[in-house]
Amino acid sequence: MTCSGEPLLELTDVNLTLQQREILHQVNVRVCRGEILTVVGPNGAGKTTLLRVALGLLTPQTGSVFMAPGLRIGYMPQRLHLDATFPLTVRRFLSLGGAKGQPAIETALAEVGATHVLEGSMSNLSGGELQRVLLARALLRDPDLLVLDEPVQGVDVHGQVELYQLLTRIRDQHQCAILMVSHDLHLVMAATDRVICLNRHICCKGTPEVVTADPAYLELFGPLGVQNLAVYTHDTEHRHDCTCGHPHGKTADNG
Amino acid sequence: MDDFLIRALLGGLGVALIAGPFGSFVVWRRLAYFGDTLAHSALLGVAIGFLLHVNLTLGVLVVCQVVALLLFFGQRQRQLASDTLLGILAHGALSLGLVALAFMEDVRVDLMAYLFGDILAITTADLLWILGGGGLALIGLLLIWQPLLAITIHEDLARVEGIAVDRINWIFLGLVALSVALMMKVVGMLLVTSLLIIPAATARRFAPSPEWMALLASLIGCGAVGGGLYGSFLWDTPTGPSIVVAACLLFMFSFLLPAFGRHQG
Repeated sequence: MTCSGEPLLELTDVNLTLQQREILHQVNVRVCRGEILTVVGPNGAGKTTLLRVALGLLTPQTGSVFMAPGLRIGYMPQRLHLDATFPLTVRRFLSLGGAKGQPAIETALAEVGATHVLEGSMSNLSGGELQRVLLARALLRDPDLLVLDEPVQGVDVHGQVELYQLLTRIRDQHQCAILMVSHDLHLVMAATDRVICLNRHICCKGTPEVVTADPAYLELFGPLGVQNLAVYTHDTEHRHDCTCGHPHGKTADNG
Repeated sequence: MDDFLIRALLGGLGVALIAGPFGSFVVWRRLAYFGDTLAHSALLGVAIGFLLHVNLTLGVLVVCQVVALLLFFGQRQRQLASDTLLGILAHGALSLGLVALAFMEDVRVDLMAYLFGDILAITTADLLWILGGGGLALIGLLLIWQPLLAITIHEDLARVEGIAVDRINWIFLGLVALSVALMMKVVGMLLVTSLLIIPAATARRFAPSPEWMALLASLIGCGAVGGGLYGSFLWDTPTGPSIVVAACLLFMFSFLLPAFGRHQG
């Protein structure tokens, strides 16, 4: 299943091997304007690698990466490797993304609901505040496509729900697409239009209700993955085109 | 004051000014071992200078640049951890320098001067090297300041936002190599890293922004140079180590002051 609408980014038959290890195998992903697409999968499934390919940070050995001409990408990394000795205010951090002027910075911060940390130090932010500041930095790019690497990491459950709602709001207001990676299987299902289940290759994809009912998904995540059916609240039409013609005995290797 | 003392003071202050901003980046980017490696390789530059009968500072400069280049490319391979690579290069180059010097029977080198610095022997030519080269290094750093900050915070984010990460890193390492080669004169190859790191670490607690930290580190370095020179003059102690001891004392005493706020100095 692919999206309808203006395609912003398309990976076709991407294969990537790093240090003799196949990380991505025949991966096809298409992201269209206005949709939220979430990549889920176990540790070592190649989720972050997939994002890095989409961002142009890694070049696959075979396959192609198409980006819409003039595509502006806002990227939110998983975490900052900020040394504790680095004296940096939030204001300064946001201005480093490109000189857009102070009003724009304050607007972006207001949009993510973190105005109060503007003059604070980057190293004193809580998990949720940091995620919001990183999101503001991505928004300052005026993006067509937001690429988010585990946007709710280090945030408590209540904060996660808020963050996902914020993402939906941002998508609606900016008419951008959102491509994100998530560890969480539960809350994210209510916040995404489509899901890709990745374990080096794409196991299944589709709307959340299709994916969560797919045998490949159940096999990959076990009973843990089933629980989210209770949380999932969307009510759209089902489309079952999620086929997976191979076994999923072992998931990620432990190394 | 005697001429040599004035030259020593000027050279020392010049080096401290260079060390502040570069030291801040060394601390932020955890490049202390990298600075050490550059400094260790300087002895090979001295040996090559003698061998080819070229200016010794030039020899040091060239070797430091080559080592920086090797490290730049070395860190892209994944076979060896980067600290292993640094260790190999640092001690390999240092030992190669010592062995090479031993082969040159007509050359007598004051090793202590290279290992621990000989600020009192700074010539006018040395001073010009420090001021000219140091000025160049600082101007270069100023030109790449903003993108370098962005890269220091998150390399991939900077790359996605359109910064030429490799080129900036490349320039930065070259500039660090240049400043390390110059600092050698004052504190010697074994103590270069300390002059980079200690003032920057001291400045951290009082700096509200990266720029303030760089500036404060420079001023604190100047204080250490002044104090070290004075102490060395009073008690006839080796100058390079005296400067480092002064820097350490400043570091310790800085904890008596309240952090942050706007205490400049």
